[in-house]
Amino acid sequence: MAGFSVIHKQNTFQRGITMDFKPMTTKERLAIPRQIMPAQAPEERTHNFREVNLGLTPELAQQEAMRCIQCKDPVCIKGCPVNIKIDKFIKLIAEGNFLGAAKKIKEDNILPAICGRVCPQEDQCEKMCVLTKKYTPVAIGNLERFVADYEREHGEIELPEVKPPTGKNIAVIGSGPAGLSCANDLARLGHSVTVFEALHELGGVLMYGIPEFRLPKDIVKTEIASLKKLGVEFVTNTVVGRSVTIDELMKEEQFDAVFIGVGAGLPWFMGIPGENLLGVYSANEFLTRVNLMQSYTFPENDTPVFDCKGKNIAVFGGGNTAMDAVRTAKRLGAEHAYIVYRRSEAEMPARAEEIHNAKEEGIEFLLLMNPVEFIGNEQQWLTGVKCIRMELGEPDDSGRRKPVPVKDSEFVLPVDMAVISIGNGSNPLIKQTTPEIDMSKRDTIVVDINTMATSKENVYAGGDIVTGGATVILAMGAGRTAAHAIHEKLTGKAPCFDEW
Amino acid sequence: MHNIVSAIFLAENIKKIEIQAPRIAKKRKAGQFVMIRVSEQGERIPLTIAGSDPEKGTVTIIVQGMGKSTRELNMKEAGDTIHDIVGPLGTPSHIEKFGTAVSIGGGVGTAIAYPTAVALKEAGNYVITINGARTKDLVILEKEMRAVSDEAFITTDDGSYGFHGFVTQKLQELIDSGRTIDYVLAIGPIPMMKAVAEVTRPYGIHTVVSLNPVMVDGTGMCGGCRVTVDNEIRFACVDGPEFDAHKVDFKNLSDRNRMYLGEEQQSTEAFSHKCRLGHQQ
Repeated sequence: MAGFSVIHKQNTFQRGITMDFKPMTTKERLAIPRQIMPAQAPEERTHNFREVNLGLTPELAQQEAMRCIQCKDPVCIKGCPVNIKIDKFIKLIAEGNFLGAAKKIKEDNILPAICGRVCPQEDQCEKMCVLTKKYTPVAIGNLERFVADYEREHGEIELPEVKPPTGKNIAVIGSGPAGLSCANDLARLGHSVTVFEALHELGGVLMYGIPEFRLPKDIVKTEIASLKKLGVEFVTNTVVGRSVTIDELMKEEQFDAVFIGVGAGLPWFMGIPGENLLGVYSANEFLTRVNLMQSYTFPENDTPVFDCKGKNIAVFGGGNTAMDAVRTAKRLGAEHAYIVYRRSEAEMPARAEEIHNAKEEGIEFLLLMNPVEFIGNEQQWLTGVKCIRMELGEPDDSGRRKPVPVKDSEFVLPVDMAVISIGNGSNPLIKQTTPEIDMSKRDTIVVDINTMATSKENVYAGGDIVTGGATVILAMGAGRTAAHAIHEKLTGKAPCFDEW
Repeated sequence: MHNIVSAIFLAENIKKIEIQAPRIAKKRKAGQFVMIRVSEQGERIPLTIAGSDPEKGTVTIIVQGMGKSTRELNMKEAGDTIHDIVGPLGTPSHIEKFGTAVSIGGGVGTAIAYPTAVALKEAGNYVITINGARTKDLVILEKEMRAVSDEAFITTDDGSYGFHGFVTQKLQELIDSGRTIDYVLAIGPIPMMKAVAEVTRPYGIHTVVSLNPVMVDGTGMCGGCRVTVDNEIRFACVDGPEFDAHKVDFKNLSDRNRMYLGEEQQSTEAFSHKCRLGHQQ
């Protein structure tokens, strides 16, 4: 542990000054335990909407970075959908060069403060980390978050280099993760980029979907501001398919190519009786009211949301969105906040960290249960949900064991509000107005996965509109793939990354 | 920010507002709506487009001051701005040559029915309009409606102008007189639309209503505007807002529209109080 205490003494990183990098043996590095990111205590954070995780201190970050053994073949990079040079940025942190580390990440990822928070690292880079087998993986996500926050809090955020103008105009539809990542790469390659957003705020799911306590909205705004500085133009309040069609963009407004990153669309309901009772929400509606419209400040902001204070609420589903919704309801004052999920915890699609956080906050997990009917009073307000117990049978198409109902096991769970969080279908607008774009049976857009090209010339697509509900980073990866393919199509040259 | 080009009261509390929004003006069709956010703290409210001028790049909405947001909007004058407007949203009215088409508007619903009445006329229909109001002072768009109608009727609940009674009574009268009616459009308060649906149902007259559920985004994302039509969940913002009146579950719609009654009252009272204070200063 000697080397690691030496590092401690040279505490000059507050000013961002590069330190001497003391070589350590692998054995010494492996002896350092994984550093724990400080967080608001559960009893405190359930009463506010501030971010749960407080971020690593420079000391903790540097210690964590020292754990990386700098593999010759850094397999962690293969686990990253945008191939961040993980070994290199971590080495820079270990050396105390935090701003250099931020710059290194930004060569591959424009939104590190966001990805460091919401990526499922345990299934991606950290899963690949060679330490995972015998030890715990390097906390790559926490380190990414740390350097992005450090850069934001310590002066000007450095802008990446932009190539000379190509004279090509590209329209990006949707300002969520796919659109932002696509716009970023295109702008840096010298194209003129206009992003069209349907809502009044930019950021898509980062603004309306993911709650403040998991992803502060100021961070999203700062990262988008970097894109504006790169020259990307943003147009809000424009629904492509209604306000303007893709054909009009290409023919009348002279866009050479279009990228569709409109995200998932219409929320699914369960088709059980009572779903239209007062107090039953889709997760999209509940979260949009709270996050985008900031109804937790009502009446300061005009948009109301169900008053959860002292009430029992249930969220149906087991994904990250379900966790976001149930933890939001808890913060709005719910007495009992339940997750009702038809499989067991092992099958839950939510990140382990989110499940852990939810449990810490007193969320009650009702597993192997499925709602069969919403029950209301005379005024049509929800009063309870009739549920049936389930047991796990044989694996289904998804490889997960299929839940089957247990006979005569129905019971009524008394709840005042319910949130249905079982996923989304696709918004029909693009299909209706641009029929020559091929859609799958699930109404997602069909693309060539190597280029993200659709069946329509010079129109590309990526993100949830292609994959169905997935993650921020996968959408960003798709946006990037499309940007490079668009560049090659329009200029005849492959984008050059070495100089970045 | 979008400029308000003109703003005039058509009747007490009912204002016609023309807003600069070139893309919407160019694209909008009868039956479509916009979402408006008056201020930075504002909620998103759906309002049907009453008309547009593509050359000037403006759209017109007609707003009755009911809750906080619509009152705040109605206080705007020419030269003021609104924070956000997005559209045109919703599926346009299905227009064809039906034969004889009756357009029924109740209260401010007259303004919503107007563009569809125009489109019906342009498609070659024989257009009959029935526009109802509580009393004479609340009758709006009379001149405009007469201009697009082959026959135009005004009804008032108190008999102060036109036919004394409800729009449904006038409609029943037309049906009873043996006229062939091929299509009815009814837009107004939920009880009125429901009553019209019940008048035409026995005769099997194709009847369309424009629904006004609570919305948040208005683009299909939230599902808050779901309505029950033919026992299925439909989203008014993308599948509608117009639906077959004989298949709509009006009770469910009016129940769901009560969801935020308490909050609406709270907001409206606070806003009225603020307005009064402002007046005193």
